[in-house]
Amino acid sequence: MMTGVPLSWYLILSVVLFSLGVAGFLFRRNIITIFMSIELMLNAVNLSFVSFSYELKSVNGHLYTLFVMVVAAAEAAVGLAIILTVFKNRGTLNVDELNSLKN
Amino acid sequence: MSVDDAIRFLPELILILAATLIMVCDPLTSTHRKSTLAVLAFVALLAALAATAYSSTDPGKAFFGMIVVDGFATFFRAIVIVVGLLTVLSSNRFLEREGANSGEFYALLLFSISGQSMMAASNELIILFIGLEISSIASYVMAGFLRDDSRANESALKYFLLGSFASAFLLYGIALVYGVTGATNLSDIGSRMQPDSLLGGVAAALMFVGFGFKISGAPFQMWAPDVYQGAPTPVTAFLSAGPKAAAFAVFVRVFTVAFGNIGDRWEPLIWISALLSMTIGNFAALGQTNVKRMLAYSSIAHAGYVLVAITARSESGVAAVMFYLGAYALMNVGAFTVVGHISRKGERYLRVEDLSGLGVRQPLTAAMFSIFLLSFIGVPLTAGFFGKFYIFKAALQSDLIWLTVLGLLNSAVAAYYYLRVLVVMYMQEPGEAVNEVEPLSPALRLSLICSAAGTLILGIFPSGALHFAVKSAVLK
Repeated sequence: MMTGVPLSWYLILSVVLFSLGVAGFLFRRNIITIFMSIELMLNAVNLSFVSFSYELKSVNGHLYTLFVMVVAAAEAAVGLAIILTVFKNRGTLNVDELNSLKN
Repeated sequence: MSVDDAIRFLPELILILAATLIMVCDPLTSTHRKSTLAVLAFVALLAALAATAYSSTDPGKAFFGMIVVDGFATFFRAIVIVVGLLTVLSSNRFLEREGANSGEFYALLLFSISGQSMMAASNELIILFIGLEISSIASYVMAGFLRDDSRANESALKYFLLGSFASAFLLYGIALVYGVTGATNLSDIGSRMQPDSLLGGVAAALMFVGFGFKISGAPFQMWAPDVYQGAPTPVTAFLSAGPKAAAFAVFVRVFTVAFGNIGDRWEPLIWISALLSMTIGNFAALGQTNVKRMLAYSSIAHAGYVLVAITARSESGVAAVMFYLGAYALMNVGAFTVVGHISRKGERYLRVEDLSGLGVRQPLTAAMFSIFLLSFIGVPLTAGFFGKFYIFKAALQSDLIWLTVLGLLNSAVAAYYYLRVLVVMYMQEPGEAVNEVEPLSPALRLSLICSAAGTLILGIFPSGALHFAVKSAVLK
């Protein structure tokens, strides 16, 4: 592959980034940080797509990456709007304090 | 784009154009005439239903095999569009009551349905993903549609965070499938997937995590009670029927067509998930006092029953999934519509006791709610009975004896909390909530009568729908 970096290295990096994203999602308490962790997960997937695409000499993976970026942008627009309304009504961005829904 | 392609994609085209039209008309419509936009949305959905029927007369693939119109796709397109019709009918009065009637809502609803309809017809991973995201992003906004209600905010936030978390897993699964097979078309993946592929198994597991969240199957069910409780009730009705049916449709299609070869690897996963969903859903529902939350747990349990049919890995299993989801969509939308009607402004009355004496004050509403509850239990002459019957029959044919036994025991447990609501409605004196309840508006009445009639028709004459399902269950 490109200048001798094997495919597996990219895939390992992608797994590491994805796991960091999952860990951030599960252990962080600030909503914005959680949201950023999700973006990290999506970008880890993008890395996989691009490296597979290069390895397989097929353009599909590149196209997927573009679609994922578009979807991530749409998600960010809606997500930040939702986070904003939550902050306006509750005055907090800590997920532990969002626990009004129970039996 | 040839004419054939366009006809096979017509339902989505109609929905997207109508949604855009509604957005354009929204600022031009005065505040007290927003119901006109609801009528527009209703007409668009009827047109999309007609287009679905028309496109099914000439089945086949479109856009280089990315979209497939077969019986399976038509069936699920019809389900999500009918759910949309019922939601429009029940949400207009609700939104007026909450002072939030606007064109945005109907536009978002149509966008969401277009995404689900796309999912139902997808034959390629990217269409599946885009459809899922169109459906999800629109429904995140709908869950938080009452902007000043802090419960709705919380519901929307949880739905958004966990929904995008799930999408990331699904996407990772897609990336691995692409890496392993070099294909993205479901049929190509199916023919290139090696039965002993380890990475293929990992990909199936990751995609299962993604779908598991969307269908609220255990152990990925924890968002459902909070989201369903906090969202505005007509939206809850929609969320628990439309996106769920569409997610099951792609779930079944991907796992049958693309992962059919590696079935031995994923079957145990779904077996466990089915059992956990049924058990957690039913036992957690026993202790609930909030009706919406109780129905949310019940919807987790129903996802478990459908997973039983998927575990069967047979054509009769797929047919059972289709029949059950059709029946479930009708009864679930109906039940939530009744709850929304009783809850009144600000959704104050949501406890089980608030339904007391409904049988005396509003016999028609109570009778229809009883039909939905009996159908949830699976009493004969209702759609739920045949739904469960076909599911467990398919499971037995595939030798899933233990899963069938545990599933039937679960249905018995479930009867308790549904019957409790019936007892409260008919055996207790009318309380404050029911005494002041307003009469059913014509639209609400129509929505309830349609879902109740559908539930009974599927329960008394199941053969038509079942015949169609069996005929369409051959996926390739």
